[in-house]
Amino acid sequence: MIAAEVPTARRRRSFVTRGVGGFIVRRLLLGLLTLFLVSLVVFAATQALPGDPARAILGRGATPESLTALREQLNLNRSIPYQYTDWLGGLLVGDAGTSLAATRPVTELLGDRLLNSAFLVLCAALVSIPISIAIGAYAALRRDGAFDVSSSLITLVLAALPEFVVGVALIVLLATTVSNLLPAVSSIPPGTAPWADLEGLVLPTLTLVLAVTPYVVRIMRASMIEVLESEYVEMARLKGLPERRVIWRHALPNALGPTFQVIALNLAYLAGGVIIVEFVFNFPGIGGALRDAVSTRDLPVVQAIAMVIAAVYVLTNLAADIATILVTPRLRTRLR
Amino acid sequence: MTDVGHDRPGPVAGRGGVKEAAAAITVEDLRVELRRTGHDIVADIGFRIGPGEVLGLVGESGSGKTTAGLALLGHTRRGVRIASGSVRIGDTDVLRLPPAALRRLRGGLISYVPQDPSASLNPAVRIGTQLLETLEAHGFGSGSDERRARVTELMAEVALPTEARYLRRYPHELSGGQQQRVGLAMAFANRPRLIVLDEPTTGLDVSTQAHVLTTVRDLAATHGTAALYVTHDLAVVAAIADRLAVMYAGRIVEEGGTTAIFDQPAHPYTRRLIAAIPHLGGRRELQGIPGRAPSPGSRPPGCFFAPRCSMHVPACDDGQPALREVVPDRRARCIRAEEVLTLPPPTAGRSTTADEPSTADAVLRLRSVCCAYGPVQVLHDIDLDLAPGECLALVGESGSGKTTLARSIAGLHKDRTGEILFDGHPLEGPARARAQDDRRRVQYIFQSPYSSLNPRRTVGQAVSRPLEIFGTARGREAEQKATAMLDLVSLGKNYLDRYPDELSGGERQRVAIARALVCEPAVLICDEVTSALDVSVQAAIVDLLARLQRDLGLSMLFVTHNLPLVRSIAGRVAVMSLGRIVELGTVDRVLRDPRDAYTQRLLADTPSLETASA
Amino acid sequence: MSADVIDVVAVAPDTPLEARRPLAGQVRGALRLWRTRIGLALVTMLVLVALFGSVVAPHSPTAFVGAPNVAPSATARLGTDALGQDVLSRFLHGGTRILGLGVASTALGLVLGVAVGLIAAYSRNFLDDVLMRVMDVILAFPQIMLALVAIATVGPTAWVVILAVGLTTMPRVARVMRGAAQPIVERDFVAASEALGESRFRIVFAEILPNVTSPLTVEASLRLTYSIALIASLAFLGFTTSANAPDWGLMIQENRIALTVQPWGVVVPAAAIALLTVGTGLIGDGFARAAAGIDRPRGEG
Repeated sequence: MIAAEVPTARRRRSFVTRGVGGFIVRRLLLGLLTLFLVSLVVFAATQALPGDPARAILGRGATPESLTALREQLNLNRSIPYQYTDWLGGLLVGDAGTSLAATRPVTELLGDRLLNSAFLVLCAALVSIPISIAIGAYAALRRDGAFDVSSSLITLVLAALPEFVVGVALIVLLATTVSNLLPAVSSIPPGTAPWADLEGLVLPTLTLVLAVTPYVVRIMRASMIEVLESEYVEMARLKGLPERRVIWRHALPNALGPTFQVIALNLAYLAGGVIIVEFVFNFPGIGGALRDAVSTRDLPVVQAIAMVIAAVYVLTNLAADIATILVTPRLRTRLR
Repeated sequence: MTDVGHDRPGPVAGRGGVKEAAAAITVEDLRVELRRTGHDIVADIGFRIGPGEVLGLVGESGSGKTTAGLALLGHTRRGVRIASGSVRIGDTDVLRLPPAALRRLRGGLISYVPQDPSASLNPAVRIGTQLLETLEAHGFGSGSDERRARVTELMAEVALPTEARYLRRYPHELSGGQQQRVGLAMAFANRPRLIVLDEPTTGLDVSTQAHVLTTVRDLAATHGTAALYVTHDLAVVAAIADRLAVMYAGRIVEEGGTTAIFDQPAHPYTRRLIAAIPHLGGRRELQGIPGRAPSPGSRPPGCFFAPRCSMHVPACDDGQPALREVVPDRRARCIRAEEVLTLPPPTAGRSTTADEPSTADAVLRLRSVCCAYGPVQVLHDIDLDLAPGECLALVGESGSGKTTLARSIAGLHKDRTGEILFDGHPLEGPARARAQDDRRRVQYIFQSPYSSLNPRRTVGQAVSRPLEIFGTARGREAEQKATAMLDLVSLGKNYLDRYPDELSGGERQRVAIARALVCEPAVLICDEVTSALDVSVQAAIVDLLARLQRDLGLSMLFVTHNLPLVRSIAGRVAVMSLGRIVELGTVDRVLRDPRDAYTQRLLADTPSLETASA
Repeated sequence: MSADVIDVVAVAPDTPLEARRPLAGQVRGALRLWRTRIGLALVTMLVLVALFGSVVAPHSPTAFVGAPNVAPSATARLGTDALGQDVLSRFLHGGTRILGLGVASTALGLVLGVAVGLIAAYSRNFLDDVLMRVMDVILAFPQIMLALVAIATVGPTAWVVILAVGLTTMPRVARVMRGAAQPIVERDFVAASEALGESRFRIVFAEILPNVTSPLTVEASLRLTYSIALIASLAFLGFTTSANAPDWGLMIQENRIALTVQPWGVVVPAAAIALLTVGTGLIGDGFARAAAGIDRPRGEG
């Protein structure tokens, strides 16, 4: 009779592959599909230019010679599918075209800046993720206590503020009018590693941390509260486990799963936030480059940066999916 | 009749009331209240349980039985507190212990088996670890080897595999019954003096339930563990409990030996409750209890049951009666308890009649019906006829395919082959593809009235909407028809503007019935329509359906997992197992003389009141 | 409170307003919270400034009233900006665009997002997959990124901003709505409507939509907050409709060089944006808290 009971799990089987490895491969393919669609959107955006793109870029005063040269450079006299495949093919081999404004290869222009931005985002992530998980978990444990009430109010306000307001406020408070503790701009001379001037990194990092932390804190708190009210945590207490073990072994691992997803979303969001933050602090990264490229309508640069940021999004989501799978045995089994 | 009821090992304390000195646990004057309002959820709770004895704590939803059970571990849910009382085990008063000592006590001296094992086992921790940590937390044995040996021993006691590979499984890799056995093993791990079981078999199939019940009773008897078995199911309690405490609206209204109470209840509520339970043995009409139990804060000044009591006299409203000894070993909270005791046994209800129907002119014919969910085939070659004006019961355990069959007749399951002939013409798979008149004349009532009514629509809107869709009536005329239909299901005109949230489960199910009947159907499919309801409400709904089916001449397919219930409504019964109909015949014949091996086992495993009286 | 702590099925007969009219109940519940009231006061104040500021402004926003970056005086009560224009007048004129574009783009994103999310949740088949895959593609851009790509090609016109912000708001709303609608779709009343032959359109918008109004109001105020912040950020980056238009975001960019000399040109518009977004954020939180009080499971054992 016991043998007749069929375990509830393992019903469905995927026809592609099985196991965690197969899952990762599938997600990777899905990510590549997303990137492909993204490239279509980015490319289509350049086609959205009304009328003659070359004239739209160069303005009314452009000479016929410069217009012809630009058309040549942008492949505008070729068919649209040719333009797309040429551009995408170039991207795949590391050739993102030539910047219109700087007349240099885009990759050369962005190389150092990409490293700088990556370092900035990494700093912000390394600071904000552990802090926000800790704050969220603690607020949930002391639910409705003074810490919870004040942290939820602060995160609420911080989440509502645009990054540039936070950045400007930090400059007012820490770098100019009120006190003068830190530099208001962080300039990294070309050829220098971003970690050479750590002092200049403090304010941009802090701004990003303040922009991202609230979201992670709130999801961590919510998911921790849900877990703490679950029947298995109640059961763990009712079988007399020490509170320490209830929290560290029974509550936290289950609360982290949904949090990883939000962390991933926010890392991608960090990539967007750098655009503002780098502009506020004159930080030489791809965000600042994007802003400049948009104002000079330097389309190859805009396209390249858009693809980079989309790739970051796809990768972080993939990482979050894997992390969630690793902390959720139920999902692991479903993959078998 | 069932192996559950026989050879019950006698408890150490015997059948009589437990002396305080001998008691494993003594509860006195327990009161649990809502923090915010101070209204009591339960109060004046007191009982003793002897070593090896099982006390059944029985009550319907809202009676406070779970609250009382959890309070024995000094635990309450959020927003609730234990206001007063004592829970004594030996010299220890559980409710006076400091937090650290209370923690050591839980899972040690007193353990708990929760209602839903799938939710109360941690999904991210292996079952072996969850068992081991219970032992570690209480310092069981002298080392990890001894604890591992104990885990193996426990797994064997609850009839689960003992090998290491099995212990490395996660909870979701176990079936519901296996999960609940892990829960039992965990509860017995530290050899507790008392174990509180909170409806541990809800949601399990009868065969699994029978095994869990046997395991609980054997373990309690073998180790001399006292057990409090909290449940809403009188039939289950009849199978397992030595003694019974019946709760109503936060109070114990009757307490005594199980058999004695079933034979001759002393409280009108107990009496009505027993009358509401379907019997496997004799065909009879079920009697529901009108009205609903008062919630905390809105309880009457006198006896809480007085407003619903058929034996109500003015004196009942003069303050709350005390729980007093009526005869030896029997306490009841009723001023007329002595009279209640002398009433004829409550099992003698009016009997219903049913003839063998002729299926020559069947309104519904199923021929070689097969259904699948994706690659899994769940129904195999079903042939079934529904005669005009008959009630056919479709019985099976979860996973038997009975609901899939019912849904495919209603057009709610698309993946279907074979023929469903209605009035001689075939019905399309999805409801949307069917002729409007076919949709109107085949109506379906869902299992849960909490789910089948849109919370944002009033009762009036819900009942009159089908009329608009089918173009029968609109506006005032539709409202009049809806009102008439509500009258028919014993809900008045004043329900028209109410929302489902304002209704009890029974009232909601009546609305769902009205919504189906307003279409003037020829075939009514009832899918487990009472399984989300309390027994007293279930009885009333079944009574209503039986009456309507007779009066309106409906052909009815009554789907249920509850075998005894079939007696009270159906003429014929089809038993389903693993996607096939294994037996079909009149209810009398199938229940008296089951021919299929599966039906025989199902009958044997079904707990019923007869087992207690046997 | 009582419903989730004891095992009641029967709900007390005196059901509160929330059960009968969820939206009204949610608004009333939110208004009982002081955070909603403060949020409402802030938003009202700044909406009044944005709507009627131009009427009471002492100068034209583009008139030169003095030397650049002069401290507050009788003619320029908040001093002058980098071009010698009156900071107070530019502040009073500068909220209209942010507010107008913010509301319009949020409305666009909500309408599209609700439709996509509910249809995806209800369809439960390949349509769900296709719709959500498209949403994922849009989600792969940070909102500001897509807005910048659009601006790079077409220019910072009002409709480009509305479309870019609205379209990037859509997948976020769609995800929330799909998540909220999924458990509703599984409930039997949807199947009951199908069995009766109710049209798909009616099932989605008349049966399911009324059951997700409380997450929707929360999402709406949240999205308004982010849209306003985004549009202000674009202006701060220098992308406004015309180069010298008065705009809070642009003012901060123009005047931050002279922050140490004449802080008012930065502090006043920054405070205005901060108070506006914090205000809508507080209202959203109030709605969320009120919804949590309403949407707790009732009587399902």
